[in-house]
Amino acid sequence: MTRPWDRRDFLKLSGAAAALAAAGCATPMKTKARVVVVGGGFGGATAAKYIRLWDPAIEVVMVERANIFTSCPLSNLVLGGSKSMEDIRHSYDGLRQHGVQVVFDEATAIDAAKRVVKLERGGDLRYDRLIVAPGIDFLYGDIAGFEDAMKARRVTHAWKAGAQTIALRKQLEQMKDGGVFVLSVPLAPYRCPPGPYERASQVASYFKKAKPRSKVLILDANPDVTSKGPLFKKAWAELYPGMIEFRGNAKAVGVDAKSGTVKLEVEDVKGDVLNVVPPQRAGDIAVKAGLITANNRWCGVNWLTCESTAVQNVHVLGDATLSAPGMPKSGSMANQQAKLCASAVVAMINGQTPNPEPKIVNTCYSYVSDDEAVHVASVHTWNAEQKTLTTVPGSGGVSAARNALEGAYAWAWAVNIWQDTLS
Amino acid sequence: MRIALVVAAALAALPFAAQAQSSGRDLAASCAMCHGTDGRGAVGYEPLAGMPKQDLVRKLGEFRSGAKPATVMHQIAKGYSDAQIQLIADYFSAQKK
Repeated sequence: MTRPWDRRDFLKLSGAAAALAAAGCATPMKTKARVVVVGGGFGGATAAKYIRLWDPAIEVVMVERANIFTSCPLSNLVLGGSKSMEDIRHSYDGLRQHGVQVVFDEATAIDAAKRVVKLERGGDLRYDRLIVAPGIDFLYGDIAGFEDAMKARRVTHAWKAGAQTIALRKQLEQMKDGGVFVLSVPLAPYRCPPGPYERASQVASYFKKAKPRSKVLILDANPDVTSKGPLFKKAWAELYPGMIEFRGNAKAVGVDAKSGTVKLEVEDVKGDVLNVVPPQRAGDIAVKAGLITANNRWCGVNWLTCESTAVQNVHVLGDATLSAPGMPKSGSMANQQAKLCASAVVAMINGQTPNPEPKIVNTCYSYVSDDEAVHVASVHTWNAEQKTLTTVPGSGGVSAARNALEGAYAWAWAVNIWQDTLS
Repeated sequence: MRIALVVAAALAALPFAAQAQSSGRDLAASCAMCHGTDGRGAVGYEPLAGMPKQDLVRKLGEFRSGAKPATVMHQIAKGYSDAQIQLIADYFSAQKK
């Protein structure tokens, strides 16, 4: 077991030490072990909270680069105009109430042999077990010209909620009536399967009110809508007739900032506002830490514990993982994986066997207008034969129809998962 | 020898008891995403903390059979066995409201 705060730690710590001291946590205390969590999204924050709930004798330090939580779920409503950035931002103070030591810094490297996380502003954090929940980063190189066009503010991805969400909303507001909003969707798997189609719905909802002659053009690398397809298509036909055009097998390979074009394999498509979501992989720190095991993109884990199949004592969860069959990359799934992981980490530190039959649930809502939503749900359970999580036959499904009742549940879902994750 | 056996039996029983306790807790933790941590404090969804065991067992059974109409709970309840529903109901009934 690591001595929680030894002299060497103190000498090395600068940024982290200052942050921990400010949080009133610099006094040495007796703990069983220290868990470091890298990343404070739905996965990392939930894991940090639940380890403290389930065993307060374990010290938990969470490292997060942003000093405020911005929710990807519901961020499409900011684009639609029915919610503001304020509505989707939350403080990390609630985690501190549980005794989580929150450090605002960037994890720059992981030394798995020494069990140390290195931080940008200085200081090393020693750990007994490490949880890496880095979310996604983008394979910019797959779309020629994307990075230049992004720097020139001619294209956004807005696939991490924050500055780009605000920038895209501004572009939509400034677009002339009669303009074309182009949304490019990468091949699955990517973060939030129904997200692009919710976004198309939200932008159409805004256009319908503010710029009714405008169009939404979806260029999808996949052959068809990848999630809740019939529900989205019915909503588009009935709520936004003639406004949304869907093109399948339309993979973006380039962006030209000057002419405002998205380049497909066979043609170029012009638009007034370009929103190109590039293909994704596990977040950068997972690459640096040698956690990537599949297709140079995702981190393989043992789904009984979320422990990495590549590096001992390191757990990975959320969008960065190589998903089990039927498992979406979603905030909901990350919250649930985090509890599976927290339970396993607590058991392992206490010398117990991790739960041999974990079971987790996904429930994702998408708003098709300001007030109507649709959902998809699934239940995932340990499958001893396949040694992974698989969906329970006969369980799960999608909404019977879009309606305002589901819209009310969708908003309550968001409020409740934010609370379960952060406070 | 006898003492050793008793100790061994006690040790063997310990992880099992810990397991039973944590499996109800772990199953219930899935519900917390919508119904609040430990079934408390959620908006718009039924509070589960402190619900009498038989009430929650009956409700989940009715969702599973389709007797109780729902938007999503009928789809989720179908993912759970009777034994798992008992564990979940045990856990929430023991939580303070």
